[in-house]
Amino acid sequence: MTSAALFRTTALAAALAAFGTTPTAYAADIKLGAAEALSGPAGQYGQSIKNGFELAVEEINASGGVKGGKLVLQIEDEAGKKEQAIDVFKKLIFQDKVLMVFGPTLSNSAQAADPIAQAAKTVVFGTSNTADGITSIGDYVFRNSVTEADVLPETLRVSAKVAGIKKVAVLYGNDDVFTKSGYDAFKKALDDMKIPVTTTETFAKGDVDFKAQLTKIKASNPDAIVLSALIAEGAPIMVQARQLGINLPFIGGNGMNSVKIFDLAKDKSDNLWVGSPWALGSQTKENQHFVVAYTQKYKAAPDQFSAQAYDAMSIVAKAIVKIKITGNLETDRKSLRDALPTVTHTGATGAFQFRQATTKDGKAAGYDARQAAIVSVTKGGKYSIEK
Amino acid sequence: MLEQQLVNALSLGCVYALFALGFTLIFGVLGVINLSHGAVFMVGAYGALQVVTRFGWSLWASLLAALVISAALGLAIDYFVLRPLRKRNAPHLIPMIATIGLAIVCNNAAQGLFGAENLRFPSEMVPDAQLHFLGVQISVLEVAIIVLSFALMATLFVVMRKTQLGRALRAIAESPKAAALLGVNVEGLFYLTSATAAALGGVSGVLIALYSNAVFPLMGQPMLHKGIAVIILGGMGDIRGALIGGLFLGFAEVMSVAYIGSTMRDAVAFGLLFIVLLLRPQGMFGKVLERKA
Repeated sequence: MTSAALFRTTALAAALAAFGTTPTAYAADIKLGAAEALSGPAGQYGQSIKNGFELAVEEINASGGVKGGKLVLQIEDEAGKKEQAIDVFKKLIFQDKVLMVFGPTLSNSAQAADPIAQAAKTVVFGTSNTADGITSIGDYVFRNSVTEADVLPETLRVSAKVAGIKKVAVLYGNDDVFTKSGYDAFKKALDDMKIPVTTTETFAKGDVDFKAQLTKIKASNPDAIVLSALIAEGAPIMVQARQLGINLPFIGGNGMNSVKIFDLAKDKSDNLWVGSPWALGSQTKENQHFVVAYTQKYKAAPDQFSAQAYDAMSIVAKAIVKIKITGNLETDRKSLRDALPTVTHTGATGAFQFRQATTKDGKAAGYDARQAAIVSVTKGGKYSIEK
Repeated sequence: MLEQQLVNALSLGCVYALFALGFTLIFGVLGVINLSHGAVFMVGAYGALQVVTRFGWSLWASLLAALVISAALGLAIDYFVLRPLRKRNAPHLIPMIATIGLAIVCNNAAQGLFGAENLRFPSEMVPDAQLHFLGVQISVLEVAIIVLSFALMATLFVVMRKTQLGRALRAIAESPKAAALLGVNVEGLFYLTSATAAALGGVSGVLIALYSNAVFPLMGQPMLHKGIAVIILGGMGDIRGALIGGLFLGFAEVMSVAYIGSTMRDAVAFGLLFIVLLLRPQGMFGKVLERKA
């Protein structure tokens, strides 16, 4: 939502409130919680997310807040650990009594902590959980992160067409929910597109040496390497591949979609294909505003994680505008959950709406994002948009 | 492909060996499983990275800085943590647990100071020249790691076996009390050992950070796990064992990736470890009921 549009709706809501019933409740600040990995191995994602949230809150509050009150965001560190995510969720929901919670950063933690929010009938809104099945936890589980199952086929399709890829090797981290689910999505897309796989190799979190796998991949003679990894392992993988003389395109999952790749792999970062709902170079009005504001505030370029967090905050703000805040936490949490699916939004990541997700046995559960992917390739330390 | 995989195995094995040398040295002399060795390794890498990025030092100077910083940390750990525990005759488990705490403190301090994200040495500093021969690729850095781990192993081994200092250290390893009665400066040698082991850890931290292009607070953790396997395999506290154990693990991992499948890598590597220990519970070079330095 642009700040002007937000201001209009907010002003309207405030005007309605002035003639409404319980005026005292309206001026109150609205407390939201966020549990993100601000430290630990996923710390770099959590920091980006935090920045995105804070920028959005600042802009929303500067243009009059929501319903006359200000948004107050309480961010806690869940360190990328399941146990800590559970603890932080409990603290935010039961002790700090927030209206809803954002997070956690990793799908791994979301699998563990989201049931807490579901049981407490509190909206949990993931901005970075892309693994399969997160939203089937229950009807209070939302996310605006586009799942890998949606993005990866698009990445594959575009890169295969543009770079003329006929057969691929696959390399993925098999001890992490996120990279494993990325692999599953890639595998399904490769099957659907009938692209043969020359070899499938794995690695574990914290590995420093990938030459054994890469040597084997090289010998299998693929046209490209499909890589489902987090940046911490993905960057050294690209460097070591180039050192071994493998100059093939890499087709990356969501974890590889971060400007950090340019810092970490430097001159060896070229020819990495990634798909994402957001791209730094996307020329829409909303995105340009976001990129400029973010760069001014943090003196660094935003990434996908900050863009999604930024949009998520605006989506929730729009939903809050739609509901009646009664001051009864239980009722308010429920009305927020009922209002959220109806929100549509055009933000940094483009046009957005929710899509009903189902459980394994087909029952209605939470909500995923419905959004188109942008496919980019890295060239000389920059992303260039291919579609 | 086989030639390349053999080279890969050799360099990975030497990476493990380089880490395990300091680890095994402390165990051999002090009888302590120092679980903060991974943190010392990380501190060495961060120390070098700091002098490089802040003061523009060269790679060699930064290696020296890492050596000094980590040796100082090792000395501090010995003085403030291990020595009081020795004085109280604390059972073996206590220093091990204390060093877990130390590792957590160091990891979190690094995270607070430098952030959780991966950092790397400036790319122009990393020697990424590649050597080609017989269709095999190896980087100059890998050659340096291989040469250094063999050279360090040989030096430590000779010092332990052939010098007065080594004799004193071995005497301490047998019985600190008896060594003290014979006029050996036991405390001084404990400090020396802790500092040397930490210096080795710090330098290997820099080399491995260069090799893997990644400096991050938890970088020592996976190395520590492999390091424990390596020194158990080689024989606890044995210098040669660190190198042989490291090479064994490196070859087992690489060969299982090459010929069995990478999903089975750790299963094969640690399965072999299990079999070796069934046949030789004392490790490759260990002797039953006798510590060797």
